[in-house]
Amino acid sequence: MWLWGSLTASGTPPSGCLYGAGARIELATLAGASSLGARLEALRGRTVLVAARDQLSAALALIELDGVVRRMVLCPPDHAPAVVRDSGADAYLTDAGADAGADAGATAVRGLEGLHVSSAAALRPLGLARRRSHDTEWILLTSGTSGAPKLVQHTLASLTSAFSAQEAPPGPLVWGTFYDIRRYGGLQIFLRALYHGSLVLSSAAESTADFLARAAAAGVTHISGTPSHWRRALMSGATARISPRYVRLSGEIADQAILDSLRHAFPQATVAHAFASTEAGVGFEVRDGLAGFPAGLVGAPGAAVDIDVAGGTLRLRSAGNATGYLGAHAPALKDSDGFIDTGDRVELRDGRYVFIGRSGGVINVGGLKVYPEEVEAIINAHPGVRISLVKARRSPITGAVVTAEVVLIEGAATGAQAEELVKGEILQACRRALAAHKVPMSIRIVPALEVSGSGKLVRPDA
Amino acid sequence: MSVRATITSLFEQVAREQQRKLSPLSDDLKLLASGLDSLSFALIVARLEDKLGYDPFDTAESFPVTFGDFVRLYESHSR
Repeated sequence: MWLWGSLTASGTPPSGCLYGAGARIELATLAGASSLGARLEALRGRTVLVAARDQLSAALALIELDGVVRRMVLCPPDHAPAVVRDSGADAYLTDAGADAGADAGATAVRGLEGLHVSSAAALRPLGLARRRSHDTEWILLTSGTSGAPKLVQHTLASLTSAFSAQEAPPGPLVWGTFYDIRRYGGLQIFLRALYHGSLVLSSAAESTADFLARAAAAGVTHISGTPSHWRRALMSGATARISPRYVRLSGEIADQAILDSLRHAFPQATVAHAFASTEAGVGFEVRDGLAGFPAGLVGAPGAAVDIDVAGGTLRLRSAGNATGYLGAHAPALKDSDGFIDTGDRVELRDGRYVFIGRSGGVINVGGLKVYPEEVEAIINAHPGVRISLVKARRSPITGAVVTAEVVLIEGAATGAQAEELVKGEILQACRRALAAHKVPMSIRIVPALEVSGSGKLVRPDA
Repeated sequence: MSVRATITSLFEQVAREQQRKLSPLSDDLKLLASGLDSLSFALIVARLEDKLGYDPFDTAESFPVTFGDFVRLYESHSR
C-alpha cells in the first residue's frame, strides 16, 4: 500500500483540502502537480529528511514521497544533528531561505543534498503519473534519556492500522489539530484527515485564537490536541468560535478536570481521550467522559489491540506497533511476547484503570518528555553537588512541571545565604544547557536521598 | 501582601526568568496576549500554590481568560 494510491483507490481524486496558515491546497490538484516537480524522481529510492518548518510544506512532501523514497524521516523544526547520522539520510527537504545558512537546520544537514520546497509558491507540473516503487519507511523522532532523539520506525500500514479497518465516515470530515504533524499524535490526525476529508494545520507562529478562527472558517468537525493544548485553548477564550462534533485528547494524561471543562465548553460534542505512543501506536479511545479506561479493555479477546497490564505498566501489541528503532545500539522495542511496554503506569480503582505517571520517572511537561537523568547530569556537574533527584510536580496547566532535590557535598554551602547562591548557580547551569521545560521550577536542598538495595536512587512515579 | 500583589509580582518574576516581555497587567489583558507561554503559567500556578497554600484550578469550573479572571479565581478561593 502507498499513500497516494490509497487516496485515489476509488478511481477519483481525493476531495479534501489541506489548510495551512498561509495557503490552502486542494488534494485533487496533486494528481497533476507537485511541490517537488521533476525533482521527485531524483529522490526515488533514497533516504530523505523532511525538515521543512512549515507544516503544509512538510505535509505535501509526506504525501508525495510515500511509495517513492526508501525511507523518510519526519523532522520537527527542532531536530538534532544526531538524526542525520542514525537515519542514513542522503538528502533533505527544507523550506528555509538561502539566507538561513546560520540556523540549526542547516548545520544538521551539512554534507547532504538539499532540495527546497515550499507550499506558498504555486505547485509545479508533475510531468509523470505518480508511481509506487518502494514500501517507504516512516521514521518518527522521540526524545531519549541522553537528550539524543530515538528514531522510531513505522510503515504506512502501521500508522493507519487504528482506522483503516473501520468503516469510513458517511460524509467528509474537517479535522483540525493543535499538534505538529511530525509528532505521532499529529501524524495520526493528518492521515485520518487525508483518508476521510480535510485538515486544518496549526502553525507555531500563530496564536491559539487565530488558529481556532481558521478552523472555524474551514468548518472544523473534529479537532485534536493534548490536554495542555486544550487548557491553552480554554484560556484563549476563543473556543466558542468552533462547534465541533468530536473533541479528542491524547499525548498526556487526561484528568477529570480537563474532560469536564471540555464537556462544558462543547456540550454538543463527543469528548474522547485516546491513548497512543510513538512506539506502541494507538491503544484505545475512551468516550464515556471519565478519566482512565474501563478495566474490561485489558485482555479483551479478539480485540484489534491487545492491552495488558504487567508490573503496573500498560503494554500494547497490535498492527499499530512500530517495527523497531533505527540506529546503532538501538534498544529492543518489544518483549518476547511481542508486547511494547509503554512505560505508562496505571492503577486499578473501582473497575477502571487510571494513569498515575510514567515508570522510570519520565516527566511529561505539556506533551514534551523530560528524562530526569539528563537534568540530574547538569545539576550533578556543579562542584558543590553530591547527588540530585529530579521529579515531577503536578500542574493544572502543563500536566507536570520539573522540580529537583539536591544533596550538597559537606561544607559546600553553610547557611541559608550560601545555599541560595548554590541554587542560583545550579539553575543558571540548567538554563544554559537545557530547554526551558526541562529546567527545574524549584530546587530543594535535602540532607539525603533514598537509595534502594540495588544502589539506585528511589524514583517516585512521575 | 495581597493576593493580587503576590500574583502580579510572580507574573513579573517568571517573565524575567523566562526572558519574556510581559504586557502591562490590566484586568482586561487576555492571558494569552500577556507575553507568557504555557510553561510560564505552569510555573506561576505552582509557585502560587507554594505561597498561598492552594490551587484553585482543582475545582475551577472554567479556565481564566483575562488577568482579572485569574486574580478573581485566586481571590474567591482565599475567602
